[in-house]
Amino acid sequence: MDFELSAAQLRFRDEVRQFLAGLPPQTSAAVHDTGTLHSWDVHRAMAERGWLKAAWPVEQGGQGRDPFEMATLNEEFARAGIPIEGWLIAELVAKTLQIVGTQQQRHEVIPAILGGEILLCLGYSEPDSGSDVAAARTRATRDGDGWVIDGQKMFTTMAHEASYVFLLARTNPDVPKHRGLTMFLVPLDADGVQVRPVHTLGGERTNATFYDRVRVPDSARVGEVDGGWDVMMVALAFERQPAAAGHLLHLLGRALDWARTAGPDGPAPIERPEVRACLARAYTDLEVSRLMGYRMTWLTSRDVLPHTEGSLAKLFSSEALMRASASLVDVVGADALLTGHGTGAPADGWIEHEFRHSVVTTIYAGTSEIQRGIIAERHLGLPRATARRAGS
Amino acid sequence: MMDFALSSEQLDLRAGLTALFADHSTPARVRAAEPLGFDPALWAVLGGFGFPHLAGSRDGAPARLADLAVAAQDAGACLASAPLVETLVATRLLDRLGAAAGDDLVTFSPRPAVAGVARTVPWAAVADRVIACDGDRILIAGPGHDVERPKQTLAGLAIGHADLTGATVLAEGPAAVSAFAEARADWQVLTAAALAGVAAAGLHLGVEYAKTRHQFGQPIGAFQALAHQLADAAALVDGAQLLVQEAAWAGDTGSPRRHGLAAMAAAFAGRAARQATDRGLHAHGGYGYTLEYDIQLYFRRAKALSLLSGGESAAVDAVVALALADTDSDSDHDTGRR
Ligand SMILES: Cc1cc2nc3c(=O)[nH]c(=O)nc-3n(C[C@H](O)[C@H](O)[C@H](O)COP(=O)(O)OP(=O)(O)OC[C@H]3O[C@@H](n4cnc5c(N)ncnc54)[C@H](O)[C@@H]3O)c2cc1C
Repeated sequence: MDFELSAAQLRFRDEVRQFLAGLPPQTSAAVHDTGTLHSWDVHRAMAERGWLKAAWPVEQGGQGRDPFEMATLNEEFARAGIPIEGWLIAELVAKTLQIVGTQQQRHEVIPAILGGEILLCLGYSEPDSGSDVAAARTRATRDGDGWVIDGQKMFTTMAHEASYVFLLARTNPDVPKHRGLTMFLVPLDADGVQVRPVHTLGGERTNATFYDRVRVPDSARVGEVDGGWDVMMVALAFERQPAAAGHLLHLLGRALDWARTAGPDGPAPIERPEVRACLARAYTDLEVSRLMGYRMTWLTSRDVLPHTEGSLAKLFSSEALMRASASLVDVVGADALLTGHGTGAPADGWIEHEFRHSVVTTIYAGTSEIQRGIIAERHLGLPRATARRAGS
Repeated sequence: MMDFALSSEQLDLRAGLTALFADHSTPARVRAAEPLGFDPALWAVLGGFGFPHLAGSRDGAPARLADLAVAAQDAGACLASAPLVETLVATRLLDRLGAAAGDDLVTFSPRPAVAGVARTVPWAAVADRVIACDGDRILIAGPGHDVERPKQTLAGLAIGHADLTGATVLAEGPAAVSAFAEARADWQVLTAAALAGVAAAGLHLGVEYAKTRHQFGQPIGAFQALAHQLADAAALVDGAQLLVQEAAWAGDTGSPRRHGLAAMAAAFAGRAARQATDRGLHAHGGYGYTLEYDIQLYFRRAKALSLLSGGESAAVDAVVALALADTDSDSDHDTGRR
């Protein structure tokens, strides 16, 4: 049992910290204010340092960083409040293509991702299918050598910055839903693709994307025809540690700064018992969230696929983030009505911001109900939940 | 390098104790030991296993808190009616102070004495001697000291109020204060471990019941309304186990975070144990409320141990201090939030 990073891992962490300390002040606020949780400046600077391919083996031009180094990189960016959603999504597709992609995809798309030239987005969710993602109805129909895609995707985050959408499409409606899906890599500049912004409570922009007779060659297919679910499983396994632990780390940094600073008309908030109680509980939940995340990293480092450990971590940390931000706005009180960064709001607006933003962490990447279902069935061995239909 | 695996010694210890408790700490034995909550025959068997002396140092190396935590967790999981945690803490403290531990039963008061009396001390009703902190002195009372034994308690634990009049001074001054702080952190970690055991076992009882009890033609565990509450409790139980392991490791490595983590672990494991046993009981419906079912034993023990540790409010200052110290040491590296 050991809970410390190795010397090499700590060295890398310090390197990342130095990089972050060198970013212009207000970078975090500026990136968040665009609504797009990606900054090309930061992304290119990361590419220059080789960090976009840091996890890749040295033989393939990477840095051969271990899973703990990658986890600390994520954690330090989170601590500093610098969003790297664009990279995280693109990297997970790159890792998936490395395993299930064609020769051509591996040679053309992966280097462009790792070089920091392009981003990708995930086209799983649809207007009528979110949690039940395998119920996707966007159609891909054979057309000579290629395919024609028709349908709509919802919550296609980063589509307005990305070059390709990793798109889950129905290729066979006559078989059980999981067996009739195929994955495609669709260029977003193809004729018939439309991207429309969708704005959110937490300020981040996502998109609805529309596909109207979009033609792609068969080389755009990823994996087998009707084998899209298997590709999904590979991609899901690469989904990073739950982001909520990172958001909680950032929130607590901001909240502790706020709590330690005396206000214009009174002592520092940290003197108040309710503030201390709130910080203590949130900090405890942060420690647990980080342990759950690091346990996933540890499993990955031993080539074990995190299974229900991922669901436990996702459920706990996202619910903890919501609890923490909700109780922090409460102790800030009426001043939490003042919002925005650089506007004189308490904690530079971050507590109030996280109060709105935290909500989504219990929704995306599998809602809390979906995680509880997985934990109940696979971790506790409870019987599969049966829907009681009306009249039965 | 981070490593979440139990060592082979810990796995052996767990296997040995699991077998021992299966024979000597069955629910029937736990019930038979009530209301006092002490089972002398079990304590004798544990003595044969090496408790509590294995908490002392061997060849100059202190016993590992992480190993003791494994034992405390297993004892918690079967509600062992024996003073495992407090005697381990007392043994370690005597060891640190260079005092010899005898073969008698020495318990430890996790809270300082007030007006010369250590109140609500676990196992004081059956202990030969009691170690307590009074101001800046560590005292050891007994044998033959006055003990008031409450008539009834929530969950056994042989609670007593020990009068420290005429007690021997083991240490005083700053050395005593810091030795007591270390012992108290040990107690918090081991109590957290016991609570994690109570939590896991209480949840397990609820889960097993939910698999076999049928209503509306299906196992009640197939109702999401119930299953999801148990899943939430499972996340708390898992978190408590991880936090206990980290806090024990911090104690063993002398990490500056050890006191904050110990307080945190006790508070969080208390939260987990209360939630897991509460939801585990609820899953039993009316039967959970009857004394016939074992879940009520877990429900009571979870609450009793959290009350002894002071619950979440007792941890606030230590956790806030940890949060501030962590933040300052992280920003020494000039991370700066951007
Ligand atoms: C900001 C944002 C960004 C996103 N980014 C992406 C992206 O980049 N790519 C992408 O493909 N998707 C993305 N998503 C979509 C996200 O994955 C879905 O929102 C999520 O899976 C839930 O699906 P839904 O919104 O359709 O809700 P639904 O599935 O309709 O769920 C509605 C409610 O019903 C509950 N529910 C559903 N099924 C069950 C069940 N079996 N048992 C109990 N309760 C149930 C849910 O928990 C939820 O509370 C994003 C979403 C958001 C909000």
